[in-house]
Amino acid sequence: MDEALLRSLTPAVLGILVRRGADFAAAEDAVQDALVEAVRVWPEDPPRDPLGWLVTVAWRRFLDATRAETARRRREDVVDAEPEQGLAPDTDDTLQLYFLCAHPSLTPSSAVALTLRAVGGLTTRQIAQAYLVPEATMAQRISRAKKTVGDVRFDQPGDVATVLRVLYLVFNEGYSGDVDLAAEAIRLTRQLAAVIDHPEVAGLLALMLLHHARRASRTTASGRLVPLAEQDRGRWDTTLIAEGVEVLQAALAQDRLGEFQAQAAIAALHADAPVAAETDWVQIVEWYDELLALTNSPVVRLNRAVAVGEADGPRAGLKALAELDDTLPRYAAVAAYLHERDGERRTAAKLYAEAAGKASNLAEREHLTRQAARLNN
Amino acid sequence: MAKYLLLKHYRGAPAPINDVPMDQWTQDEISAHVKYMNDFADRLRSTGEFVDGQALAQEGTWVRYDGEGRPPVTDGPFAETKDLIAGWMIIDTDSYERALELAAELSAAPGKGGKPIHEWLEIRPFYGHAPTITE
Repeated sequence: MDEALLRSLTPAVLGILVRRGADFAAAEDAVQDALVEAVRVWPEDPPRDPLGWLVTVAWRRFLDATRAETARRRREDVVDAEPEQGLAPDTDDTLQLYFLCAHPSLTPSSAVALTLRAVGGLTTRQIAQAYLVPEATMAQRISRAKKTVGDVRFDQPGDVATVLRVLYLVFNEGYSGDVDLAAEAIRLTRQLAAVIDHPEVAGLLALMLLHHARRASRTTASGRLVPLAEQDRGRWDTTLIAEGVEVLQAALAQDRLGEFQAQAAIAALHADAPVAAETDWVQIVEWYDELLALTNSPVVRLNRAVAVGEADGPRAGLKALAELDDTLPRYAAVAAYLHERDGERRTAAKLYAEAAGKASNLAEREHLTRQAARLNN
Repeated sequence: MAKYLLLKHYRGAPAPINDVPMDQWTQDEISAHVKYMNDFADRLRSTGEFVDGQALAQEGTWVRYDGEGRPPVTDGPFAETKDLIAGWMIIDTDSYERALELAAELSAAPGKGGKPIHEWLEIRPFYGHAPTITE
């Protein structure tokens, strides 16, 4: 059974239940139950109409839960009423669900958890495993998130930017446990791009595809990081790159530039170089300038300094770096790289060791320690 | 979204403000302290920020490999060990500021006279994932 296909029906089923009058929190629980039931039953007895099957089972679960929980009049009315709407999924439902799950009243971790469950159809256990927290903790996080958005009207227009931030967070978490969050983020972003024509949605999708294309070459079998310049480009996924470039070009043609499109453009220029030495760094610097104009982010300035170092030489890169705050994350790593390119191996080694001490993850720490060790030996 | 370890020390932390050891508290003061700690953990569970909490015995032993086919060598415990961990709590919060806020709350657990201990806790960030997008 294709679990991703099953889960892709989640927003449609949930949307139908909500339009029939179920409140979001109860409907979401009912849909989860139906998904679990589908995983159990479908391999032996696949339905002819998967969506119809899920709606029927989820609606029955919702009614059972509502009846069991309370005999409140309002809910009884819902139960007694014949569903007015049919089974046709509404693309607006899907979009509204994304908005609701990334509502600005939610903290980032809550929005991520709720999106993965209500839009992505993942179980609480899967989400808990992916984020390495106890299942009970994740259940609480989701339940609180549902309460927080309980009073939000389902038909209000939402903010695309908050949705994109949530999907970006999921993608950047990568792969841990049983759930491939990067692949899930791509699936959810594709699904979003199918229901809304927005250049930044396309930009984020392109960015994800272009980075995902390099996944196999980004780490060694033992988990060591491989820097972009040293990656085996023969292992890059050309199908994903082609798709990413196509999606990006269509987005850029709309002439409404945003930060994800600019980031994707940089990733596309890397993907376009058959060998690292042929990278068009001059154009990459231009895109960093665009990105800087859009975000004014110090992290972008830092990455731009690297690009300047490649385009105009390490001295120019160091000059760009000198204008930045040296407490920025990865500042020491960038300084080390540029100093080594400038022939100052001892300074570089010291800076690599310093950068290793400040790394925020083990893979980076090991990589930076190895760089220092390489220069010291 | 990041995980932090809150470390509590038997020894090695700077002196707290309400610096009276527990063996000089009343029964009720001890009960109030334990309740505060349990309530704190429960509250973290309800906010979806709790990962783990454990307490450690006071005495530990040093142990090391002593070569192929030989039993491990043990030594200690050493009474003079400066840094002695008493226990930890692991939290998963949206920000470093939130983690500090929670640590401060834990440090306010009541001690002698029912007044906050103002105990110094050590906060250590976990290494996270290497992010996918870096350039």
